[in-house]
Amino acid sequence: MSVVGVLAFQGDFSEHIAVLHSMHVPAVEVRSLSDLSKVGALIIPGGESTVIARFLDETRVGKEIVRRVLATPTRTLPPLFVYGTCAGAILLAKKVTGKNAPRSLKLIDLTIDRNAYGTQLDSFETNIRVKGIREKIPVSFIRAPKITRVGKGVEILAEHQGVPVLVRQGKVLVGTFHSEVRDDARIHQLFLKIIKAS
Amino acid sequence: MFRIKNSVGSDLARMLKGGVIMDVVTAKQAKIAEAAGACAVMALERVPSDIRAQGGVARMSDPALIAQIQKAVSIPVMAKIRIGHTAEARILQELKVDFIDESEVLTVSDPFDHVEKKQFKIPFVCGATNLGEALRRISEGACMIRTKGEAGTGNVVEAVRHLKLIKGEIAALKHMKPAQLKTYAREERVPLDLVLNVRTAQRLPVVTFVAGGIATPADAALLMELGAEGVFVGSGIFKSSDPKRMAKAIVQATTHFGDPVKVMEVSRGLGAAMAGLEVSTLQTRMQERGL
Repeated sequence: MSVVGVLAFQGDFSEHIAVLHSMHVPAVEVRSLSDLSKVGALIIPGGESTVIARFLDETRVGKEIVRRVLATPTRTLPPLFVYGTCAGAILLAKKVTGKNAPRSLKLIDLTIDRNAYGTQLDSFETNIRVKGIREKIPVSFIRAPKITRVGKGVEILAEHQGVPVLVRQGKVLVGTFHSEVRDDARIHQLFLKIIKAS
Repeated sequence: MFRIKNSVGSDLARMLKGGVIMDVVTAKQAKIAEAAGACAVMALERVPSDIRAQGGVARMSDPALIAQIQKAVSIPVMAKIRIGHTAEARILQELKVDFIDESEVLTVSDPFDHVEKKQFKIPFVCGATNLGEALRRISEGACMIRTKGEAGTGNVVEAVRHLKLIKGEIAALKHMKPAQLKTYAREERVPLDLVLNVRTAQRLPVVTFVAGGIATPADAALLMELGAEGVFVGSGIFKSSDPKRMAKAIVQATTHFGDPVKVMEVSRGLGAAMAGLEVSTLQTRMQERGL
């Protein structure tokens, strides 16, 4: 199995690594172009999207993610699959609305409203039903963004109160919640299944 | 089994990891901090070094100032209350700040008790100088712990001391027998199940940052290497000669602490860090407030 990288500039990257380790999946922290070149899949964790965006730009890791997701894979350039959670969802969306929105990588045809639920007082936890997964999954929404538009070709895998919260387009999977903080591996398994099936 | 009651609050603390939380006293400073890559700002009227220099009673900041800062930035906004001041905490909850710091940097308001934090939805971060103190705050409901260090000194020695003490005491739990663990829990006035949780996990059950005296990118890198999960910088940024650059450099050093080349590059030509103070000659030791 190819190595899964977790972008480790800022945020809950160690929670994602712990989940991958619990599944016996080799996982590494990614902070540079050289780290990125060693992985076939990447998780962009929760954290502050403004902070992570700065690092993506400065290290040029952001540009390289875009190049590898969009390029036709060859033997020397393996495909890159990406899963973004919360801040990661913001950074992958085509369009970001809301105050002081960071520049995103525009890899999935979505409009996402940053901090749309409000402040920490509006953060909440719940259980969500995900397409293809039998039991509900415990997740938390922390100062979460809201997906306000889904483009053609984007598949909705889960909704909460009529709003899409887990969506996929091609090699990109995006969720606005955190399952990794509840030590749940099922969304990560789904991500690996997408990779295997392609 | 021990469980954190405010799980959503401790989740927010996890999202702050690997980041730098900066003290700001105006909306303009808050914007500078956000642009430099702060993962949150601490809104207050005076930074610790000014509180130290000016003396008098230090209280919660004016809600109008905190509201201006909330309006200016999109990242989480924290604010401080005096130790034990439940009414100040209620005001901050009404203001919808994202995190409350029950802080020894302000004057203590209750000589007996800290705030009973479990009744609040807003998460709390509290300072600690050792494991017992950290566990007392966690059992009161704190969702995040930071070292106290010695705020407003620009001297990192106390933050290093507190982080190493906490880590050392956690490691020492491993070698304690059941009867010793019971005695430890009783003497420290903390629940035994919390002690047992920490003994097994070999870490605190909440995110642990460092604070107090961090003044340079190298200070941040030192503490991250010692196992801190993130950094609070108080006076260190806006009391330096070039706050914008200092803020960016500390953010870089916190993320890339394991890469000495990066830390060296961001440390070059930074200008003067804040003036420092020797801890042994201080009149006020803030870390001794609220044990």
